[in-house]
Amino acid sequence: MKTQRKAISLISGGLDSMLATKAILDQGVHVEGINFYTGFCVEGHTHAIRKKDKAKPKRNNALWVAEQLGIKLHIIDIIEEYKDVVINPKHGYGSNLNPCLDCKCFMVKKAHEWIQENDFDFIITGEVVGQRPMSQRRDTMPVIQRESGAEDRLLRPLCAKILPETLPEREGWVDREQLFGFNGRGRKPQIALAGKMGIEDYAQPAGGCCFLTDAAYSNKLADLWTTRGERDYELDDIMLLKVGRHLRPRPHFKLIVGREEGENRFLEGYRKQFTHIIPISHPGPLVLVDGNINEEDLEIAARLTARFSQGKKAASVRVEVHSKKGDTTEMTEMDVTPYRIEDIPTEWYL
Amino acid sequence: MNNKQATTKSTVRKQTHHKLDARNILCPLPVIRTQNLVLTLPEGDTLDVSCTDPGALCDIPAWCRINGHEIVEARITDPDTNEVLISIRVGKN
Repeated sequence: MKTQRKAISLISGGLDSMLATKAILDQGVHVEGINFYTGFCVEGHTHAIRKKDKAKPKRNNALWVAEQLGIKLHIIDIIEEYKDVVINPKHGYGSNLNPCLDCKCFMVKKAHEWIQENDFDFIITGEVVGQRPMSQRRDTMPVIQRESGAEDRLLRPLCAKILPETLPEREGWVDREQLFGFNGRGRKPQIALAGKMGIEDYAQPAGGCCFLTDAAYSNKLADLWTTRGERDYELDDIMLLKVGRHLRPRPHFKLIVGREEGENRFLEGYRKQFTHIIPISHPGPLVLVDGNINEEDLEIAARLTARFSQGKKAASVRVEVHSKKGDTTEMTEMDVTPYRIEDIPTEWYL
Repeated sequence: MNNKQATTKSTVRKQTHHKLDARNILCPLPVIRTQNLVLTLPEGDTLDVSCTDPGALCDIPAWCRINGHEIVEARITDPDTNEVLISIRVGKN
């Protein structure tokens, strides 16, 4: 009796991993999906925070893809382990703080551990030679196989025909002839294949699926490391970098200013952890103060809060300051003159 | 007959109701917390998950559908705070 072969597929939620998975499912292999949550994933967080995004569909694309394909999906929290990938990438960063090659090696390594623990036979990814400048190049693809430990149990169905034969092909678990030889940055072959497979709906992330590829986000993370004097982070740190307007008037403190109701509500969840300021004479944002501040700093923070309130042109705005003193919070009120826009140095904006 | 009765008795297990507080965290963390708890529960137990990320209303039912667990109820419980409740009956893990 023929053994039912089993593969785990790295599902990002995008088209390529969907096509790669479908190609192997169509060959009769049992496929389940795996999705790694690093803390930097674009979908999930952002859609839920901003009120203006309320109308956008709030689906997790990896779950949606799994459901379309009729496969199980295992979502794995790798937030803690992933820190080392971000902080000490062996292969360096891309154009921002994106450690794409180390990231791919790490995820395939985790998938390899998973198949060993769960008695699966091989790993599938939606990688295409030449698709990405760092992690999907002809010379980096063998690096991923080697450093992940997956070696020839890693199959890339979309470009398998232009790569050396892997174990699943050699053993006849999959038919190499039915795989593909896609190459380069173009999307036409994938879109054509989707049409052929009857896949009409798929996610098309405009800015990639990771915040670390975003220049503005990376600048804020670099600022965090510089001002703290160490390259480290907690989940709350990287979540807060995704929300609000960030201003650093002095090296020892910065402000996180909610830009709209959804962000203010999200920031409310952090009130107990931070000194925070709320305008009370006019509607306005919730502002978190990250750092220890003195009287002079507090006035700067309060005037900036007033600037981003609806009283920005008023002579005076009353704000409520909730100062964190150890485990307790002390509340005071202040009347301040809002900053004029031209008086806020551009270098304060992160 | 007595043996049969004894066997039947030993397989009856009281189903337990569980609660998971997944408020103030954003997707996919509510899904991950739900997944990790459900994987430890026996078939038939029920679980109520409270979330404040409205995305959970879509994502947790999707995870349940693809992994063979039943959604008993999924609804917004407080529109002001975006709080949602998802009730699950655990299927076979």
